[in-house]
Amino acid sequence: MTVAASRRRRGRTAAVPYAFLTPAIVLFVVFCIVPIGYSVYMSLRKAQVKGLGLRPGDRTEVFAGTRNYANALKDPELIHSVLRVLGYGLIVVPMMLGLALLFALLLDGTRARLVRSARIAIFLPYAIPTVIASLMWGFLYLPSVSPIVDLLGGADLFAPSTVLYSIANVAVWGGTGFNMMVIYTSLRAIPSDLYEAARIDGASELRIAFRIKIPLIVPSLVMTAVFAIISTLQVVSEPMALKPLSNSIISTWSPLMKVYTDAFERGDLYSAAATSVLLAVATLVLSFGFLRLVGDRAFASEGGS
Amino acid sequence: MRVKFAVAGVLALSLLATACGSSGDDESPETTPKAQGKVELSFWSWAPNIEKIVAKWNASHPDVHVTFSQQANGDDLATKILTASKAGNAPDVFQAEYQVLPTYISNNAVADIAKEAGDLKSRFADGVWSQVTLGGDAVYAIPQDSGPMMYYYRADLFEKYGLKVPTTWDEFAQQAEILHKKDPKKYLTNFSAADAGWFTGLAQQAGASWWSPSGDTWKVAVNDEATRKVAGFWSGLVQKDLIDKQPSYTPKWNKALADGTLLSWPSAVWGPGVLAANAPKTAGKWKIAPLPQWAAGENKTGSWGGSATAVSAGSKNKAAAAAFAAWLNTDSEATTDLVKESAVYPAATSAQTGPALQSAPEFFSNQPDFYTVAGQIAGTAQGFTFGPNVNVTYSAYKDAFAKAIASGGAFDGALDQMQTSTVDDMKKNGFKVS
Repeated sequence: MTVAASRRRRGRTAAVPYAFLTPAIVLFVVFCIVPIGYSVYMSLRKAQVKGLGLRPGDRTEVFAGTRNYANALKDPELIHSVLRVLGYGLIVVPMMLGLALLFALLLDGTRARLVRSARIAIFLPYAIPTVIASLMWGFLYLPSVSPIVDLLGGADLFAPSTVLYSIANVAVWGGTGFNMMVIYTSLRAIPSDLYEAARIDGASELRIAFRIKIPLIVPSLVMTAVFAIISTLQVVSEPMALKPLSNSIISTWSPLMKVYTDAFERGDLYSAAATSVLLAVATLVLSFGFLRLVGDRAFASEGGS
Repeated sequence: MRVKFAVAGVLALSLLATACGSSGDDESPETTPKAQGKVELSFWSWAPNIEKIVAKWNASHPDVHVTFSQQANGDDLATKILTASKAGNAPDVFQAEYQVLPTYISNNAVADIAKEAGDLKSRFADGVWSQVTLGGDAVYAIPQDSGPMMYYYRADLFEKYGLKVPTTWDEFAQQAEILHKKDPKKYLTNFSAADAGWFTGLAQQAGASWWSPSGDTWKVAVNDEATRKVAGFWSGLVQKDLIDKQPSYTPKWNKALADGTLLSWPSAVWGPGVLAANAPKTAGKWKIAPLPQWAAGENKTGSWGGSATAVSAGSKNKAAAAAFAAWLNTDSEATTDLVKESAVYPAATSAQTGPALQSAPEFFSNQPDFYTVAGQIAGTAQGFTFGPNVNVTYSAYKDAFAKAIASGGAFDGALDQMQTSTVDDMKKNGFKVS
């Protein structure tokens, strides 16, 4: 009897955390699991038209199996957009994180009075909405309205060969500040006695940066890299905003633009759903792959600090 | 375990219930106190200033209230309508360009209002009316305006450079060359890979027939001979760098129109609105002429844009919605306002001879016979049948021609790509295509 009572009591206590979790679980299910499930469901369907398709009821929805996935995987436009975005990522991620790290180290190492205003100046572009930033850069790239194109010797910044860099530039300009802030914050968290010890041992500032600072902030470098990789794969605002200005940016420039075009320009929600599921899986694989790759080192230094 | 999930379920349900409850609040009794039997309609359109005309309807029709919602442009609205009608919350009435009507019909987004439209057929020219019936008994929309294409040119700059107004496309190419030799920074016009409707209109003039139904099968020929002729012509100009290659409707294009970098524009009857908005300082310097022809002595044009007012298939007040659509496009006061406020060329025949078209648009004060010329040109517009997936064809145009321009300017492959995209999409959806 006592056993039963205590079990009952334990049961009641065990339920309490779930009661507290309920709102979060409900929101997660309603706004995350259900839409994902619906996308997966949509990706397995297709439209079926009979006759000329001009009478009500001529168009029905039928089960398509994995046909949408097969079509997406062999769609040259999707493959091109993925390759394009990989090239874009190879420019953006190292460039943005490199600059962010450089600025963070400089700000951390300098005792000048300009630190605060420099920090804000570098961070400010992040506060500007991507679409506005893209339009602003778009105006700077367009020869007849741009103040800078003439300075660059009339270079065509929207040519097929340069447009990738032009778009990457917008992303680097906008993203460096945020990443610098993350890295800078973790630099400030390093106990200063480590530096004192290093200086007593005769280490130069450069050596301190490479031997102490960078190894200690590896976890935040890893985190910023993962975020940068994810946002690279999902790039859409910059090319979308610049697209009307140039013949060199097509509507399937990035994979997400392809999803948008399929869903809302071509009216094929089913293919778009299949492509976005594929894209989500690819993002997961890449992010976790990167985490695994650098995981040991990141966690080792975390343990060390 | 089961109890816990039941609790979660109940919570979820109650959350949903409150969410649903609150969304219905805007129809609460206090906002419409005398709402007994009053009909509420929603209306989406991108025509400028059309809200003023809606206000007049609301003032004169106390039992049917129309709520207007401004839209960005035709392409955006088409996308929104298709999505909204799938989601079941499309507006009761909306502006629909002629070329998207078959797509709407195919997606079951528009209602057949033949019964409500009654004898309106006699109010429109046959060619216009067939655009909203697709040649059958059903009526899918009430025509609002048409967009016959015509040639806009800078009369002052033509004189300055000694150019003559081209009457054939051959002459057009010659003038382009003459101008570009005299001043390499100026262009006669631009070829825009962003305007599929523009290219379609030019193809119509040449006699293209992209879709034709026969029995229950569609014949699709986006790359037919007439269209090849048009594409080949522009391809030659682009490859020789005799015309500009930038897309239209960009800040750079606006500036080029305003500062005289572009001397002419093959456009449609609604062009004055665009010019006045983008190059206001050039008022009184432009003139219009018929489009250059493919053969001397011919007299043909195509259509770019032009739209109708449709009632959505999901509307709960189809009769009232159809009555509003009919009023908007045939009532003499409403059509006069459409011309004055929204700068459209009305589709109703009575409106074309109405008072609003007696004087030229303000921007064309130098050409008092603007609408007389426009009326003559409108009569030469070629018929054209749009297929059930124009959106796919137009999307393919933008990408394929942009790519072709970026890589030199050979347009033949781009046309084939439009054809392939269109046919592939139709086959994928189960259409019979020959």
